[in-house]
Amino acid sequence: MEKMIAGTTVTVNEEGYLTNFAQWNKAVGEELAKEANLSLTPRHWEVLTYLQNEFKNDVALSIRRVGKSGVVDIKEFYALFPNAPLKTATKIAGIPKPASCI
Amino acid sequence: MNEFNGEIKKMMIILSKATLENVYAAFVLANGARMEGIEAEMFFTFFGLEAIHKKKLEHLHVATVGNPAMHMPTMLGGLPGMEALATSMMKKEMEKIDMPDVHEFLEILTASGVKLWACKLAMEMFHYTKEDLYEGVDDIITVGDFYKQGSGLGTHMLFI
Repeated sequence: MEKMIAGTTVTVNEEGYLTNFAQWNKAVGEELAKEANLSLTPRHWEVLTYLQNEFKNDVALSIRRVGKSGVVDIKEFYALFPNAPLKTATKIAGIPKPASCI
Repeated sequence: MNEFNGEIKKMMIILSKATLENVYAAFVLANGARMEGIEAEMFFTFFGLEAIHKKKLEHLHVATVGNPAMHMPTMLGGLPGMEALATSMMKKEMEKIDMPDVHEFLEILTASGVKLWACKLAMEMFHYTKEDLYEGVDDIITVGDFYKQGSGLGTHMLFI
């Protein structure tokens, strides 16, 4: 379905994840963060950029992998994105929800 | 199902066994809850205590006897070395799917905000002390304390 956000039209799935990363930009990310009741700090952006790079490299994301990234540890990841950090962060980053159990 | 429209707010997971497959099931469920924004607490009782016992947690085994899913005759599963063999095979498969070992999994759980409780009665029965336990364990508590931790709407309890 289509959604109007930050002045652009993006395509999202039924859970609100962008289905085309090419439609994402920083303003869209800021708006998606607001919907999740988050205001993004430079630290958030470092994590979001890391997640986007992993997505571009076709890496399957998991909590364990994020924790080993050297970018952010698991504790801080939960602090930055409380309540389901991997789900929330990937949504803001405009990439698909990881199908990970770990 | 009226409370929170049936939404799960907190998972209270009781682990009473120390076989690797049960320990992993409990850990995956606790971690999976946190990943979904659900609170999670674990209560380690009886043999489940081995999963948080510093000296024992690295040496947990898969059960080869009395486990029909192993598809081997029970007498064969009882032969010396069979448990170790099955365990090393399972650990290799787990590494392939990016599954952490028990110690690392405990670190992931504590970093994710999962509370780890040791059962007071079982601790006394096995003559364990707090010093024997993984340092991330929150405390040694009674079953009553654990129930109190689980009070509130939307809490679910699971016994493994």
